[in-house]
Amino acid sequence: MENRNKLLEVKNLKQHFNIGRGRVVKAVDGLSFDIYEGEVLGLVGESGCGKSTTGRSIIGLYDATDGEVLFKGENVHDKKSRKEKLKFNRSMQMIFQDPYASLNPRMTVGDIIAEGIDIHGLAKSKDERNNRVYDLLETVGLTKEHASRYPHEFSGGQRQRIGIARALAVEPDFIIADEPISALDVSIQAQVVNLMKQLQRDRSLTYLFIAHDLSMVKYISDRIGVMYQGHLVELCDADRLYENPVHAYTKSLLSAIPLPDPEHERTRKRIIYDRPTGGAVGKSSEDSSIPPLREIEPGHYVSMTDAELEAYQAQLV
Amino acid sequence: MAEQNSNAKAEQFDSSLFQPVEFNEQAGERIAGKSLNFWQDAWTRLRKNKAAILSLVIIVIIALLSLFGPMLSGRDAYTQTITQAKLPPKITGLEWAGFDGMATLGEKPIDFYETKQVKDTFWFGTDHLGRDLWSRIWEGTRISLFIGLVAAIIDVLVGVTYGGISAYYGGRVDNIMQRIAEILTGIPNLILIILFILILEPGITTIILAMTITGWIGMSRLVRGQILKLKNQEFVLAARTLGASSARLVFKHLIPNTLGTIIISLMFTIPGAIFFEAFLSFIGLGLAPPQPSLGTLINEGYKELKTFPYLLVIPSTILVLVMISFNMLADGLRDAFDPRLRR
Repeated sequence: MENRNKLLEVKNLKQHFNIGRGRVVKAVDGLSFDIYEGEVLGLVGESGCGKSTTGRSIIGLYDATDGEVLFKGENVHDKKSRKEKLKFNRSMQMIFQDPYASLNPRMTVGDIIAEGIDIHGLAKSKDERNNRVYDLLETVGLTKEHASRYPHEFSGGQRQRIGIARALAVEPDFIIADEPISALDVSIQAQVVNLMKQLQRDRSLTYLFIAHDLSMVKYISDRIGVMYQGHLVELCDADRLYENPVHAYTKSLLSAIPLPDPEHERTRKRIIYDRPTGGAVGKSSEDSSIPPLREIEPGHYVSMTDAELEAYQAQLV
Repeated sequence: MAEQNSNAKAEQFDSSLFQPVEFNEQAGERIAGKSLNFWQDAWTRLRKNKAAILSLVIIVIIALLSLFGPMLSGRDAYTQTITQAKLPPKITGLEWAGFDGMATLGEKPIDFYETKQVKDTFWFGTDHLGRDLWSRIWEGTRISLFIGLVAAIIDVLVGVTYGGISAYYGGRVDNIMQRIAEILTGIPNLILIILFILILEPGITTIILAMTITGWIGMSRLVRGQILKLKNQEFVLAARTLGASSARLVFKHLIPNTLGTIIISLMFTIPGAIFFEAFLSFIGLGLAPPQPSLGTLINEGYKELKTFPYLLVIPSTILVLVMISFNMLADGLRDAFDPRLRR
């Protein structure tokens, strides 16, 4: 892992929103992590913990309050000229959460997918543009007849695949998937996740996969970060996290996964996470209340204070 | 017994009659229906609305008549012939419907064409200066429609630009622009218009200016609301992550999605402007004579309501038809563009 290239480095990222009358919501408050080339980093956490905001800050939809995001060693938020911005836009793309809101209802599917091609001038002629659109449609399991149709004619799963095709059109290296499956039926979720997995293999993509469905995240991710109130509380290999959760919040989160096994369900006990500092949950928290990440074993980071270090290490199996 | 029966039935079907269907994943993705874009979809829905279509037909007929009506009678709307003043409407063949050239002066109806020894027939009669009312009404309708249309279009242009900029940039820009708009709405409309008409020469331009000086605010609020709603939608964010320029965002993503609202509002603004012009002309603030408009014609007509009611009734009917038709059509368009709004 050490010798792999870092594709994205997030350093102390902060995203605060001013909601008027001097009140500030600290959606993301001092987040640091790296994403290596070719890996899938899952980001999980409860609603409102800042997962989506993190994704949007990284891609530059929000101006970060503080901290920096380095993509291939260059600071994302520094890019000033339009040319640099366009270059960045080509290499980083996003798949959105709501397949019903993420496609412009007034454009044909062909035009939606070709938007990136048009903006970046990737096709020299109309034929080339159309052929690329048809290729992309086939890549995501649709046919070229679909290009002339409008989004409202498609199902949720089909729309999400159109969203994926749109992101792929500019041939990015890195894709942020912002809860791409949470709005879909369970039967369709597998289809979309498998498509994303296959694309990742075929095109050697790197994903930041944001979700709240823990079993899906485990299935697709190499490493998983657990977020809580704008902070990372635990970051480690996917399997290791499930085998050996250390942070109390991670344990609580994992205990909430239902299994299709009545025997297990009867005895499953939910662990309720009680924040030790007792800070007001839901409101913006004091910076000091969530301690920084420390490595307790190779590649396994947990947010903790000095005092907790030994206790946590003793828990490791 | 029952078992035997079903067995016998099953034997009737030879397995060679059946052919296995191959499962094709691609086939599951096919969409059978015809592809309709937004406008085609709206049109099919509008077509089902009989009232709206009837209104559309009436508007088209009135618009055509206002353009070519004066040519049909072949008479000028401004030529005065005192000897032919105040002739009631007379249409050969339609005498039974009231178009008989008779009017009640004193006790019994008199045929004015006979007493004034006029051989021609005037379809809608003539006014107190002997001008042909048919030509004047269509000329006036044309001016009224023109004022309504131009005022509405200016409202849309200014309103969409103002509301669009305000919402798109948001924050402080939005704050300042909205306060300015609020101050403008705070000034009573009529005072502003009267001042305008006092300062500038009365005429079409003045009326249009006076009406649009504050008329765009409603439209700008509507567009601002729509764009505020749209600009954080995921398809706009997706376009931004792809690197779309502001112009592309506005003209490809934001405006096309507000177009339905804009058109509906435009269709409600036109009759409003026409009615307002008629109102201004009626209270004497509108167009200067001899220029006719529906408002000035009604103003002239109501003075002789008792003896020559046709002078009031005909232009009023046209005005009513225009108003109702535009409103019904706008209503139909609203349902057609946004079926969710339908109750």
